Amino acid sequence: MAKDTKPVEQVDSVIVRFAGDSGDGMQLTGGRFTSETAVLGNDLSTFPDFPAEIRAPAGSLPGVSGFQVHFADHDILTPGDAPNVLVAMNPAALKTNLRDLPRGGTLIVDQDTFTERNLAKAGYDANPLEDGSLDGYDVHTVPLTSMTLEATKEVEGVTKREAERAKNMFALGLMSWLYHRPTDNTVSFLERKFAKRPEIAEANKRAFHAGYAFGETTEDFAVSYQVKPAKLRPGTYRNITGNQALAFGLIAASVKSGLPLFLGAYPITPASSILEELARHKNFGVRTFQAEDEIAAVGAALGASFGGSLGVSTSAGPGVVLKSETVGLAVALELPLLILDIQRAGPSTGMPTKPEQADLLMVLFGRNSESPVPVLAASTPAQCFDAAIEAARIALKYRTPVYLLSDAYLANGSEPWLLPDVDAIPPIEVDFTTEPPAEGDFQPYVRDDETLARPWAIPGTPGLEHRIGGLEKQDVTGNVDYDPENHDLMTRLRAQKVAGIASDIPELEVDDPDGADLLVLSWGGTYGPVAAGVRRVRGDGGKVAHAHLHYVNPFPRNTGEVVGAYERVLIPEINLGQLRKLIRAEFLVDAAGFNLVRGLPFRASEVQEAIEAML
Amino acid sequence: MSEPNGNGAQPKLTAKAYKTDQEVRWCPGCGDYAILAALQGFMPELEIPKERIVFVSGIGCAARFPYYMETYGMHSIHGRAPAIATGLSVSRPDLSVWVVTGDGDALSIGGNHLIHALRRNVNIKILLFNNEIYGLTKGQYSPTSPRGKVTKSTPMGSLDWPFNPISLAIGAEATFVARAIDTDRAQLTEVLRAAAAHKGSAFIEIFQNCNIFNDNAFDFVREEKENRIHLQHGEPVRFGAEGERGVRLRSDGSAEVFEGDGDPLAWDAHHPEASPAFALSRLTRDTVGATPIGIFRDVERPVYDELMADQLRTASEQREGKLGALLAGGDTWTIS
Repeated sequence: MAKDTKPVEQVDSVIVRFAGDSGDGMQLTGGRFTSETAVLGNDLSTFPDFPAEIRAPAGSLPGVSGFQVHFADHDILTPGDAPNVLVAMNPAALKTNLRDLPRGGTLIVDQDTFTERNLAKAGYDANPLEDGSLDGYDVHTVPLTSMTLEATKEVEGVTKREAERAKNMFALGLMSWLYHRPTDNTVSFLERKFAKRPEIAEANKRAFHAGYAFGETTEDFAVSYQVKPAKLRPGTYRNITGNQALAFGLIAASVKSGLPLFLGAYPITPASSILEELARHKNFGVRTFQAEDEIAAVGAALGASFGGSLGVSTSAGPGVVLKSETVGLAVALELPLLILDIQRAGPSTGMPTKPEQADLLMVLFGRNSESPVPVLAASTPAQCFDAAIEAARIALKYRTPVYLLSDAYLANGSEPWLLPDVDAIPPIEVDFTTEPPAEGDFQPYVRDDETLARPWAIPGTPGLEHRIGGLEKQDVTGNVDYDPENHDLMTRLRAQKVAGIASDIPELEVDDPDGADLLVLSWGGTYGPVAAGVRRVRGDGGKVAHAHLHYVNPFPRNTGEVVGAYERVLIPEINLGQLRKLIRAEFLVDAAGFNLVRGLPFRASEVQEAIEAML
Repeated sequence: MSEPNGNGAQPKLTAKAYKTDQEVRWCPGCGDYAILAALQGFMPELEIPKERIVFVSGIGCAARFPYYMETYGMHSIHGRAPAIATGLSVSRPDLSVWVVTGDGDALSIGGNHLIHALRRNVNIKILLFNNEIYGLTKGQYSPTSPRGKVTKSTPMGSLDWPFNPISLAIGAEATFVARAIDTDRAQLTEVLRAAAAHKGSAFIEIFQNCNIFNDNAFDFVREEKENRIHLQHGEPVRFGAEGERGVRLRSDGSAEVFEGDGDPLAWDAHHPEASPAFALSRLTRDTVGATPIGIFRDVERPVYDELMADQLRTASEQREGKLGALLAGGDTWTIS
């Protein structure tokens, strides 16, 4: 690329949103821009926002797909509230995204797509590029499509349609110039991606270069911007999404426990990419079983657990609800089982691609009878890796089903991840019972004094043949038993076992530098926006404490102390107050809630306002 | 996990070795007792150490079965045993995994799991105790009850058209399909033997008398032995007290019973096409007053468990699984 001759401005943080038709390749464009940004060493956070429809009618409002990336020269926590730059590939993308662009923001549109037909599909009566409605923005109308066609016309063997589809690379090239992103990786990425059709690779590369060159030469863009690398902790980084981190965490748990990983899953948004990722790593002995339904998926996982595998099932709320009877069986069998719930907006089918955190009470209580299950919740895309290992550790150590909650925001969002030293990840000790007792029969429900876990003797072990089942079992022997006192005892033992995990998990940490009266208590995927909101309040001189729960059942052992130590407690959640209900019930604390249930992550500014309203 | 070991390193066991210390709690006179005795009697023949044998069941009277077998066992939840057994079998190819189920468990609430286990050809042996009634819940009609069946939940008669379990299994692409009768221990054992030798899913329907809620449902073959159409691979299909009746295929592929001389079908359980077996499965109490027992179908097809193991082996040979390399895959950058 030629050297820039235009003035360069330094900025500390930028939020770019790419928006276009589902077929326009916005996710790919955003992903590439993210990779270029990552290599440059900026801190970053991304949020893809796409419809459930694979290809809604072209040009229609429901078909708009977006990808937002926030990058900065400092540590950031969220994909950003509002974009500084919106790239709109058609009128529908403009219509659905403009409301998020603050006045004065940069708007880049593909003017070729603003035809009468497309304007009508987007519900515009008049062309917004001509009627003055965009006057408050820094608008750049660029003939993206025609310039892409022009740039690719000499590439042989490419149809006009194929050439036109390279326009996302033109847009990427332009943005790469505007923010000084390195281009080599994208060029080699295109060569790899289209290795079987070099002419398509060529067209995309030409469009990409043309976009970059357009930025350099056009007078429309007077300046370009630089964002310096962030001062992150030294080490090797990669960009990672929540679902990828979960998949890697599961493999790590398998390696560290020495147990083969068995994943039973049924395709469901937004969890499917965990199944797809794990299916690529059979070289780790990972068995992925795409079952006939959600019930079989978790059933097969439990069967594999019985046989000594690390049994895992992944799903989202509408699938998890079907798994509850098997989870109940696992509670009775006291076998390890890991269920990942990548929460999405509901009820019922709801909004499959949109995040929510309203499955909390379901996973805690959505089973018949007293059926305690530990519940963990991941907080950021990269933290999903640690969360998966920790959930597996608890399941294996305590012989219990464990729920790990994530959500669509973490699943698809990404951030830089400082690669861990794999040798430093502690092993997960698994002690199968292998020897028959010195005297008498093997007792499958005798308990470990400390953990209350029962022995795990897997089929194939001579002398330990035994039967387990969903009928109530006699303490110690595991024989079917209807004795009233025994049932009361077993009910309490199962509850105690799960409650006792509190002594085996870290205390709840409180971030309270100023001695605040108000505590903000968050859990799960809202960590980023809530922590960012807290920072803003402090930036404005407000005093606020923040604690974030990674464990919801049991709560960390000091949770009562923490929430009791503040005059006021605010619990922001993307539900109508589920954690708040638990905290109030458990600790008799009159916590307030901040609740928005829009199928969107919180914006930091919204959390900030909610906190300031309570100061 | 250990390597498969079917060499019977232990001294040969007797039926008694497979009895547990649990009191058997089926109703006196239940057909399940005979099936349990047949299974316990057959197990030593398997020459598989008993710690490598697992019985998995769902819910229902039949589902108590694992408690009475001195092997590993799981009494699970209604209808899900084939799914649970699939996960166990696929992850532990060294085990011999058996599913015990009933007509409600397998064909009503668990219908989906049954058909998918069969089509995948998972290496599990499924014993369906068919008594054409819900016994454990005390006498409601089941998916195999004949239409018009008067039960507690159908005082004016059932409206449902029943499943034919053999037809269903064949339609679900099962590679081994057989039928036996609870009281005919020799024939049941013969079918068990063939099922155990079969690689992949084996489906055995066992006519099982529920003497409390549906007594005598199978008397037409259980008691009237002349109505048993014994299927013997390679043998002509003849039955009746003197072998005076035969079965042949019509030109449209359906099966018919004829009297006296004639040219009966020579039974081929290994026929590559499922249609002759399906045609025979349509010979029932309702259509001809007789029904086949024995092996309808026994064909080879790759076993799901082995196919998965092959993929794992291939993947490991291509690239050793190194955790550090996995995490550092893709674009990385270093900050010093």
